[in-house]
Amino acid sequence: MSGSTSGQGNPLRYHSRIRQSGTERQPETHPLTWRLRDDGEVVWLGEYLDKDGYQSVRRALAESDPQGIITVVKDANVRGRGGAGFSAGVKWSLTLQGGDMPRGYLICNADEMEPGTFKDRLLMEQQPHLLIEGMILGARANNARQGYIFLRGEYVEAARVLNRAIDEAREAGWLGPDIDGSGFDFNIAVHTGAGRYICGEETALINALEGKRANPRAKPPFPGQSGAWGRPTVVNNVETLCNIPAVILHGADWYQNLSGNRTGDGGTKLYGVSGPVAEPGLWELPMGVTGAELLDRAGGLQQGRRLKTWLPGGTSTGFLLPEHLELPLDFDSIANVGSRLGTGLMMAVPEDRGMVSLMRNLEEFFARESCGWCTPCRDGLPWVVKLLRDLEKGQGQAGDIELLDKLAADCGPGLTFCALAPGAAMPLETALRHFRQEFEQGIGKVSGDTRGVPDRVAADAPANNR
Amino acid sequence: MMATTPHTTELIGSDRFELHPDDEAAILREKEHYEQPQAACIEALKIVQRRHGWVPDGAIMAVGRLLGLGFAAVDGVATFYSLIFRQPVGRHVILVCDSSSCFLTGYETLKQALVEKLGVDYGATTADGRFTLLPVCCLGACDGAPALMIDGETFGPVTPEDLSDLLEGYE
Repeated sequence: MSGSTSGQGNPLRYHSRIRQSGTERQPETHPLTWRLRDDGEVVWLGEYLDKDGYQSVRRALAESDPQGIITVVKDANVRGRGGAGFSAGVKWSLTLQGGDMPRGYLICNADEMEPGTFKDRLLMEQQPHLLIEGMILGARANNARQGYIFLRGEYVEAARVLNRAIDEAREAGWLGPDIDGSGFDFNIAVHTGAGRYICGEETALINALEGKRANPRAKPPFPGQSGAWGRPTVVNNVETLCNIPAVILHGADWYQNLSGNRTGDGGTKLYGVSGPVAEPGLWELPMGVTGAELLDRAGGLQQGRRLKTWLPGGTSTGFLLPEHLELPLDFDSIANVGSRLGTGLMMAVPEDRGMVSLMRNLEEFFARESCGWCTPCRDGLPWVVKLLRDLEKGQGQAGDIELLDKLAADCGPGLTFCALAPGAAMPLETALRHFRQEFEQGIGKVSGDTRGVPDRVAADAPANNR
Repeated sequence: MMATTPHTTELIGSDRFELHPDDEAAILREKEHYEQPQAACIEALKIVQRRHGWVPDGAIMAVGRLLGLGFAAVDGVATFYSLIFRQPVGRHVILVCDSSSCFLTGYETLKQALVEKLGVDYGATTADGRFTLLPVCCLGACDGAPALMIDGETFGPVTPEDLSDLLEGYE
């Protein structure tokens, strides 16, 4: 992408922002965002150091060995904020290190592409040093010698900010050899991508980093044993890594208490709301706030509209009903009702929108973004799209809905190499469960059986291919 | 031989291509970040594309020679990633977010207005070579939906009425 300046100063230019003022965002309660400026400008190194920056690195390198860092992160139960919710401390404890093991890699997954998700962008564009600080701690814990920030290519501004911040950190001795006099060395490079949702899958990401097509890898071996170039590799999401400095500085108990009695999960979360709501946006809130509290923050739906259904954290999570708004937005509560917390950024669907067309849009995305490696995904998702297009036009045939049920099941967990197809199946399965009648209305009176495996969905733009 | 203006079309179907010395140096610098030279492949293609607007066949071979990779390895990568263009594109590339938050906030109306205004649909370039229109994955600007990106800058929310003024800045 070229760095055109034609849009500079244009009022339509998009700016990431947090919807809470600086007075609400305090260090004790908002570890992710308290340093952010109300004017939305970048917090560069000088200001970051004035706001306790890099103190966790100073403490950890002086007082803790890798195991000590892992223990605190495990005790705090920092769960992965990229969508899977896996314990970061447990992941780190599974990384091979010590003895004859070569020092490996720490990769920050900054390939934020889950539809409805816009949180990591804010952290990188306005507060790059918190991520760098978290990466140094992660590197120390996992004995990584080199870090990469795998950033999606469209995040041009984040790339510019991160590269400058890395230079600042290197010049000040927070990156490079002998960090803060500890003898520990670590560097970070920014790797920018060139599109494709699948790059967010951690083994596909490693292939992309190595300069290959972003097909996922078979697991095991897991990256912690054999990742980038066969070395132990840890992949963590941006927000996950940004949680680590405060955990190290204030401890596991403090982190757990941030969420009060709302949930067993500790800490805070960058929650957000998108869709036709009054005030879409981002807020740092205690883990486990309810969907209703979050939707209130966004001012509810735009006037005259009522909530029909919602996705709790991206399009690869399951649809929930208005009654589920009373649940805490934590990993287990949302999983218990057949969905996933995912990225924790809610998408609100109003009553006046049809589920068939929404599902058609959503599955067109997944069909286009399938890397094509395994059959359920490569062939199943375009089939789903074809059926949904027929239903949308009222040209569905008897048996189509049952076929969608089956395709959703065939794309489910355990049947594919990665989570893309299961991620496409969950919204489909839940939409069919909660709104079956809408799909049934798409069955027309067309006779004859023309059912078969359809042509590939040609959703890809021709200019992308030869 | 060496194209100096962006978006050159004379390289279509030609194997003749020489990397600009600055680009070659940039690719070699990029290589230093990684254990294996292949890892610089995607960035190398992006570097070529920044200069020429797209990646011709000759550039695939030139990048391969520099990084020690065969044509298939480099072209396999170039054709996998949606932001690497293997055909000439317009002077400005408009990426329209077609993901669900934008869909729920008026993407289809915005896209239709763009198609009518430009006279081309996805995957095509306007006759004057000014704009190429493409869809893109969720741009991560969902609190500013519907969103689109022009030449690496994100705009949103954008209404059909905004388009005339917005596009005016791109010659």
